[in-house]
Amino acid sequence: MSMFTETPSGLASVPAGEPAAGAASGPEAHFEQLLADDSRIEPRDWMPEAYRKTLVRQISQHAHSEIIGMQPEANWITRAPSLKRKAILMAKVQDEAGHGLYLYSAAETLGTPRDKMTADLIAGKARYSSIFNYPALSWADMGAIGWLVDGAAICNQVPLCRASYGPYGRAMVRICKEESFHQRQGFEILLELANGTEAQREMAQDAINRWYAPSLMMFGPPDDDSPNSKQSMAWNIKRFSNDELRSRFVGMIVEQVKVLGLTLPDDRIRFNEDNEDTGQWEHGLLDWAEFKEVLAGRGPCNAQRLARRREAHEDGAWVREAAAAYAAKQSAAQARQNEVA
Amino acid sequence: MSSESATRITPGNALRPEDIAASGTRAPADVAEYALRLGDDSLILAQRLAWWISRAPELEEDVALGNIGLDLLGHARSFLTYAGSATGRTEDDLAYWRREGEFRSAHLFEQPNGDFGRTISRQLVASFYFFELYTALLSSTDPTLAAIAAKAVKEVDYHRDHSVQWILRLAGGTGESRRRISRGLELVWPYAGELFDDDDAVRALAANGIAPLPSALRTNFDSGIGAVLREAELEVPDVPAAPGGGRRGRHSEHLGYLLAEMQVLAREHPGASW
Repeated sequence: MSMFTETPSGLASVPAGEPAAGAASGPEAHFEQLLADDSRIEPRDWMPEAYRKTLVRQISQHAHSEIIGMQPEANWITRAPSLKRKAILMAKVQDEAGHGLYLYSAAETLGTPRDKMTADLIAGKARYSSIFNYPALSWADMGAIGWLVDGAAICNQVPLCRASYGPYGRAMVRICKEESFHQRQGFEILLELANGTEAQREMAQDAINRWYAPSLMMFGPPDDDSPNSKQSMAWNIKRFSNDELRSRFVGMIVEQVKVLGLTLPDDRIRFNEDNEDTGQWEHGLLDWAEFKEVLAGRGPCNAQRLARRREAHEDGAWVREAAAAYAAKQSAAQARQNEVA
Repeated sequence: MSSESATRITPGNALRPEDIAASGTRAPADVAEYALRLGDDSLILAQRLAWWISRAPELEEDVALGNIGLDLLGHARSFLTYAGSATGRTEDDLAYWRREGEFRSAHLFEQPNGDFGRTISRQLVASFYFFELYTALLSSTDPTLAAIAAKAVKEVDYHRDHSVQWILRLAGGTGESRRRISRGLELVWPYAGELFDDDDAVRALAANGIAPLPSALRTNFDSGIGAVLREAELEVPDVPAAPGGGRRGRHSEHLGYLLAEMQVLAREHPGASW
């Protein structure tokens, strides 16, 4: 299961292999050849229906995650404690809207209009990353979300830059650059709090305590409970298992938290050289029952997030209708002018 | 103020609040009071617009209104940094630690967002006003004000375009959108007048070439907005002007709530840095 999508990445490029000798000609062979050559598939290329469907689902879930993910952070823009932090946070949330736009555009190249994807989201039919169903309760959450949530996202998303579908891979290149900037900003917020007053340190520690486990669960269920991952690994499409990526992430943050002078809420983190199976950085048990509850729509903010998106969409309907009506009148007027000329 | 002190702050140079703080330039008291007005106008409007991010009618508008809010916040930070230089206060001292009656913003900017039509109406008035103001400030004898205006004028020109495009779309779109934009203009228009009121403080600055007389900006403002409304086939609202009072710290009922939300976290932690 990969970040911001609830399905394994079936789209990372397949390593170049021997082109099938005497491959049949035709669009299907061309598609196979592009994959074998580690080239990009472009919108004009023929592609199997299953590939197209998987892509639309994955890209739209990622887009929805960006859009829903704006909410916990937008919640703190009006209360940001300094004007500089306010500006940085506004720019970050705006970047997320931009990421949503690139991703919806990438999905549209596969023939699914944005309206349809939005309708699925607000009807509760489409998924987005469960992490955004947790509440952002203090200013320090702006730091913890940047450091842990964006950090986990980057670990999962970097391989998607090589996704075989061109528009997706290219969107991911830009998104990953901005995400790593966001992660540094988040860490910097925590660093400032950690070096601040006692109340600020407590705020930072509390935020890390709350976001640690949910961010580890962003990598998806353990490998032995992730059948799709196994299939994907067997195809050599998914390069690293959920547990491997999670372990790598723990290894990163366990060092970084020392710079903050704060702690991770897990006394079972240890380095085990011999564990090459699920990763050498081991951590405590995660509450997968909670994960499944949130995924099933019973998390702390599921209803709130969806209601807010639906409300914005419905409140804006008259504006979108007006823009469409105006554009239609303009092009009709243009057409009449052309006739006269 | 010597011209040497402004070597880093000249029109055309990208100017950040940090540059103003680092330059060591200190605003004279009367200029500081003026800069406070300009800074507060932009700050309060930025705070209002920030609400729209994640709530706009379409994603493109989340981005656009966010961009406009960010530009305005940038202007506010520069003006407030400069205003604070007179008394050794930072932009954050001024934004977070003044009481309501110490804010100098005009009533227009604290008006509620309402629906998108009302927000766009407020943007129309605000962006045309800012454009005329910053254009005039380009020739201010105060180099810092002129430098901030040089950066800001390019940005508010874009804000003007954004509001005009929406006025045309909403007026020429559907019956409902036309009704809503007309209503938005009616609600906002009473607060336009205060922007062009002269008082003794600004008359003194105008006499020294530091600031334009607000009343002198009105003709261009009216003809600019008049042209837009004519194209949109909308009337200039026939509504009485509201009395204003923001420049003296007398505000409408709306500002207190806005400040309470904006300042709450900073005030929970006096002396903290973020």
